[in-house]
Amino acid sequence: MLSSKKTLEKNALTIRYGIMKAISSNRGGHIGGSMDLADMLSVVYTDFIRVNPENPRDENRDFMIFSKGHAGPALYSALCFKGFFPPERLENLNKPNSLLPGHCDRNKVPGVDATTGSLGQGLSIACGAAHAAKIKGTDQRVYCVIGDGEAAEGQIWEAAQYAAHYELDNLIAFLDWNNKQIDGTVDEVMKLGDPVKKFEAFGWNAQLVTGTDVIGIQKAINSAVTCHSKKPVMIVLKTVKGQGAKCIMEMPNNHCIALTDELKEKVMSELDEQAEKLEMEVV
Amino acid sequence: MQLRYTGGKAEKEPLQVFNETMRELFEEDKRVVYLDADLMGSLKTAQLWKDYPKNVFNTGIQEANMIGVAAGMYLNGLKPYVHSFSPFASRRVFDQVFLSIGYAKKSIRIIGSDAGIMATNNGGTHMSFEDVAMMRTIPDACVIDASDPVMFGELLKLTKDRPGVTYIRTARRDLKDIYVPDEKFEIGKGKILREGSDVSLIASGIMVATCLEAAEKLAQIGINARVVDIITIKPIDKELVIDCAKTTNAIVVCENANVIGGLGSAVCDITAESCPVCVEKIGINDKYGCVGNEQFLREKYGLTVESIVEKAKKLIEKREAK
Repeated sequence: MLSSKKTLEKNALTIRYGIMKAISSNRGGHIGGSMDLADMLSVVYTDFIRVNPENPRDENRDFMIFSKGHAGPALYSALCFKGFFPPERLENLNKPNSLLPGHCDRNKVPGVDATTGSLGQGLSIACGAAHAAKIKGTDQRVYCVIGDGEAAEGQIWEAAQYAAHYELDNLIAFLDWNNKQIDGTVDEVMKLGDPVKKFEAFGWNAQLVTGTDVIGIQKAINSAVTCHSKKPVMIVLKTVKGQGAKCIMEMPNNHCIALTDELKEKVMSELDEQAEKLEMEVV
Repeated sequence: MQLRYTGGKAEKEPLQVFNETMRELFEEDKRVVYLDADLMGSLKTAQLWKDYPKNVFNTGIQEANMIGVAAGMYLNGLKPYVHSFSPFASRRVFDQVFLSIGYAKKSIRIIGSDAGIMATNNGGTHMSFEDVAMMRTIPDACVIDASDPVMFGELLKLTKDRPGVTYIRTARRDLKDIYVPDEKFEIGKGKILREGSDVSLIASGIMVATCLEAAEKLAQIGINARVVDIITIKPIDKELVIDCAKTTNAIVVCENANVIGGLGSAVCDITAESCPVCVEKIGINDKYGCVGNEQFLREKYGLTVESIVEKAKKLIEKREAK
């Protein structure tokens, strides 16, 4: 049974609160590209991914490979929401001897499947895990998140070709198309073109979904998991970097920023407003 | 110990041993997979690909993706072996190996064929002299330069469940037979192939057989050389290196790789710290590769019996002069 829009929006907000908890504990970090994934993560972790917080390395689990490893805070917050660890741990982000390094680390954080940060490598890892499921004959699914700037890496397209060649229809990838990277917009730095057409040309089922449209994302994933098309699935999320907090979205550079007390307060009051609208109790 | 070294051609080429060993491994453990980046033709594994469609996969010419795929397959319970020519299995994919496998604490066996000068007519673009040094810098990696077909096969089996990065470089053809078929090997344990008290010749890969031949020549002029096959360049058999230093008080290290960061460097690290003795390094003296047959390349880079004999004699003179 799939969740309602309201439930998914509430869970997305919970994930955004978690991202803020983590990033503000370290007075800054990769906030833009973390916040804009909260809606997708809410849908995946509420309705779809089969994981067990009691046994994070359950050998029959589904996988979540965050190829854009710098969005670790978003994944960590989703894992915390799912019950992999208590919320206090979010405040350990990048602290000395941290058990929560900013970039995704599978050996430090329960529920993280891939250690990533050197961009371009995660989609290959996702291909390997998805292919292994086919070889073993299990129904495991592999979710993967790549960035739009990251799609400039050649290895992404090697993996795209591989996934289509081996008909990995148990691979569901998301491309976070926020059109921003460190040195400017993606159009300025290295044009990506139309990622939907590109992935289609590589033999994938690709579609465009608005990054805040939780029901649209839910439908896209549901159709990916129910129809066995022999093609890998790319869901291009049209996002706005910093999505969910206007004051972050409006900043020209919001990739990795310092979070002043003033900025933190602004974000928190925006999130509180949304919580009120959703009649959600904030813990 | 019993050896079957005659100096002649080996009974089986390493590529044949690879095929036979992988077959054995697939039969014994269905989780073993072998990935290749369009070089099955070179390793003669096309039949293996046909016979084991659930164990053998071609990634096409995409070495970086191949390492990532292997990382993902490991995550989901498989035991990957991957192959390409040694420069493409090391230099080209160093970051993928370092991060997606090493740092992420996964397990892989990388077979880099045509190591060093054994790339012969493929020339400098295909000739890896730096791979040993690079792979040694990966924490907890195991770095092996196969000296003999039996050793190659046994180490393929021995490292099946080894955590971390295992890098095995080898020639595809033209290794000499050294070990008897039931010889046993251990990671981190070198072997004394010939005893001697005047000088130690510590070698890896194709240079082990060359050292056995050089030891014969040295014996003819009254120099008794100990010959050591180091087996694993990393982890290195520190005890054995120290024993060589103490017993013979002079060491010639021989390798088919750049002398910077290779076996010679590893030996010098140990002697400098624990037992300083005179060491000479024979290897590629910080040069790029080039086209040629094995004999030409051996002469060009000084990987010959004569060069070992010369260095050993000079080293002994130097020691006596002290």
